[in-house]
Amino acid sequence: MKKEIEFTINGEKRKLAVNTKDLLLDVIRKDLGLTGTKYACGTGECGACTILMEEKPVLSCLMLAVMADKKNITTIEGIGTDKNPHPLQEAFVQAGAVQCGYCTPGMVLSAKALLDKNPNPTEVDIKRAIGGHLCRCTGYVKIIEAIQLAAKRMRR
Amino acid sequence: MREFSIVGKSVAKVDALPLVLGKPLFTDDIELKGMLHARILWSSYAHAKIRNIDTSAAEALTGVRAVLCYKNVPRVIHTEAGQSWPEASPYDTVLFDNKVRYVGDRVAVVAAESEEIATRALGLIKVDYEPLPAILDPEMAMDEDAPVIHDEPDCRYLIPVFYDPKHNHLAHIDLDVGDFERGIKEADFVTEHKFKTHYEQHCALEPHTCICYFDPTGRLVIRTSTQVPFHVRRIVAQCLQIPERMISVIKPRVGGGFGSKQEVVIEHVCAALTMRTTRPVRLAYTREEVFVSSRTRHPMVMWAKAGVKKDGALSAIYLRVLSNAGPYGSHGMTVLSNTCAKALPLYRCDNIKWIGDTVYTNLLRGGAYRGYGVTQASFPMGVMMDEMANAIGMDPVDFWKMNTIRKGDTSPIFTALSETGRGVEMIVESCSLPECIEKGAEIFGWKEKRKRYKYQPDGPIKLGVGMSCIVQGGTVPLVDMAAASAKMNEDGSFNLLVGAADIGTGADTVLAQIFAETLSIPIDDVILHSTDTDITPYDKGAYASSTTYLSGMAVLKTAEKIKEQILRVAADMIGEPEGDLVVKNKAVVSSKSGKVLQFSQIIRSALYNRNQFQIAATASSLSKVPPQTFAAHFAEVAVDTETGQVKVISYVAAVDCGTAINPKLAEGQAEGAIVNGISYALTEEFFFDNVGRTLNPSFESYKIFSALDIPKIRVILVPSFEPTGPYGAKTLGEVNINGPLPTISNAISQAVGVRLCETPFTPERVLKALKGK
Repeated sequence: MKKEIEFTINGEKRKLAVNTKDLLLDVIRKDLGLTGTKYACGTGECGACTILMEEKPVLSCLMLAVMADKKNITTIEGIGTDKNPHPLQEAFVQAGAVQCGYCTPGMVLSAKALLDKNPNPTEVDIKRAIGGHLCRCTGYVKIIEAIQLAAKRMRR
Repeated sequence: MREFSIVGKSVAKVDALPLVLGKPLFTDDIELKGMLHARILWSSYAHAKIRNIDTSAAEALTGVRAVLCYKNVPRVIHTEAGQSWPEASPYDTVLFDNKVRYVGDRVAVVAAESEEIATRALGLIKVDYEPLPAILDPEMAMDEDAPVIHDEPDCRYLIPVFYDPKHNHLAHIDLDVGDFERGIKEADFVTEHKFKTHYEQHCALEPHTCICYFDPTGRLVIRTSTQVPFHVRRIVAQCLQIPERMISVIKPRVGGGFGSKQEVVIEHVCAALTMRTTRPVRLAYTREEVFVSSRTRHPMVMWAKAGVKKDGALSAIYLRVLSNAGPYGSHGMTVLSNTCAKALPLYRCDNIKWIGDTVYTNLLRGGAYRGYGVTQASFPMGVMMDEMANAIGMDPVDFWKMNTIRKGDTSPIFTALSETGRGVEMIVESCSLPECIEKGAEIFGWKEKRKRYKYQPDGPIKLGVGMSCIVQGGTVPLVDMAAASAKMNEDGSFNLLVGAADIGTGADTVLAQIFAETLSIPIDDVILHSTDTDITPYDKGAYASSTTYLSGMAVLKTAEKIKEQILRVAADMIGEPEGDLVVKNKAVVSSKSGKVLQFSQIIRSALYNRNQFQIAATASSLSKVPPQTFAAHFAEVAVDTETGQVKVISYVAAVDCGTAINPKLAEGQAEGAIVNGISYALTEEFFFDNVGRTLNPSFESYKIFSALDIPKIRVILVPSFEPTGPYGAKTLGEVNINGPLPTISNAISQAVGVRLCETPFTPERVLKALKGK
């Protein structure tokens, strides 16, 4: 069964007819072509599919697309560009926080939600904010450093 | 030591910005017109004959385009191990067989217009199984009455090594150096234990994913998440019985590998579907499939014994290894070899006896995993070193320093054994391990903490420290080969083509740095392309800690050849001898006349004006010795004696990787390996039921560390200079995953006085050990 939904994604208003059983992750990746949002477990245990909905991090692999109706969504593609990356994106690059980069979009978005709310987070705050994200490459050390670096810059 | 301009600097990873912007860089980030979706039907039995498969109902389902199984796919025996040819793994695998050998074995595959239809079709395939008794315990695999897992007559190795599949015996190797029995007799203290290490899954965040299609000329394109693009091309050609020239393998960005993608896990299946349907086909594992039907670290049972004299000299080492390969033999023999070849040269000991066996079982498939056997062997060795030091009253720091290999040393093991057979003669030409031990101990606060924890606080929480040293030889000597090509562009930039497979490690960046350093250009002038088998020269791929060392040397040689050509053209242009010219800041400068020619002027002359030709070169590098990368690890743990929970509080690793081409990336490699290692030591564990089914194939129940679980980690790079490596570099990918098992076991031993010889160190095992105290 199809249902028409209306939402804002990365600042752009969209109308889309989706199947009521479609997952939000699939609609974002396939129908909208925003492949920065990743599949890695499909069961909400790794955080790779994280997007921001009403500025809060949510797991798009656990949500139906119809749940995006009337919502404001941000994906990794919506927070920075080549010429003008988000301070978190810059900090991830500089701190060496990107290895394979597969978990990175989700990490960055959860970190953004944290810093938007709490510009001066402690290390524990940061660990909690990204505690639902798995990364097998970095050991998290440089990811935490990157978020600290971005927080410092964004406070200025 | 020489100062470099780009080597040794932490330049940003060349692909980091597009990755962090979420650009479509991975295999699954494209959508092709008319693409079919494939799903695989898995065996629900650990061991069974397939009497019959009925696929008619699945084929009749609307939207299904192909169903493949043993009935309609030619039987071509091969190995899925992505190794150099002839592979050192047995040919014991076919695309689809009329027998299944574990729960999760491939039975059939469906390609359909959507994933949903493909999944529905799987449910319509009727398989008539004849269950067979299964082997779920490696210690029973070679029993006389054990069922035979590979009873097919055509399984074999291509190389002349021991193989006895009738007794499920996949590999046997042994080695005797000196006189072990005499060494034990001469010892003043002897330690002996039975050790067990467990299964581990790599948990690369990107699941195995492959997209195959025909290009307009009818060649098969394989876009895949792999560590070994060239081995994929060769093995798929073999399985499909088509020439390599008909195949192009493209490796986009890869979301982690750690060894799990050093295999043809799904590419041949996906390619067979494109051949059958002529349509683009996408085959991507779910997380559950990654856990059950990709690869794991070989679990091992190890019987170990060692002796020491009162003065602290090691007098004898014995290690008997029984490795469980699961149902197929990829990497089964080579991982076994490395429990000796790449683990034991660390120890200065004249009397070593090592016996290795690998067996087939009906549990999960073993494969390559970061550390590759050295992780397993480092556990008994590191534990016994600690026990011997304590027994003779020596500080482990001094004991390790005294008994580990040094610069200028050799080891009889180097010549006796390599991964694939006989080894090579080698003298360790770079080693800062003694400094690693000292600096690591100092920064960790070893002496104070060790002293402090001799007196434990009241209450249930006890504290302890432990250390160990580890090694990993890089490359497979005289087997591993890598090549690079480069050409010069009109603006003085360069296209650098490497067959090396960056799987998230930063290899592309490190290789670009080496190239830029050699030609004295900024890194932005290196346009690096990896990996496309049509375009880039051969490289064996990302494994055996080799890309920086081996591919790096190929890049260095390529850059030097390019430099010669540049200088020749410049000499002709200025009219001065080449010997007076040097490259500096993207220009050629004459040391005599001071004349300067920009690279762009030189290449324009070469392309448009005089003696015209393309400045371009290709060079290859063959590994002659396995460079030894060392590390000293220190851990501080808290053990809760009421719950049995072990928490690592702080962890220090001092690492000798030669010259760190990019220190930040090097630290990142170490940090990632350490956290993976600690997670393996404490929480990761597969559970099976009594018929061989995996009970916890998800991140929810197979617990890998998150940011909330990590201790305070400190990595220190302690440089040495390896003369055989590019700018003194060695290797780094694997070594640090070998440390946590022994280091944490040693720390637990200090904290609560019990010795854990079976992994992982879960609350249950710790409590059990405490009760038995």
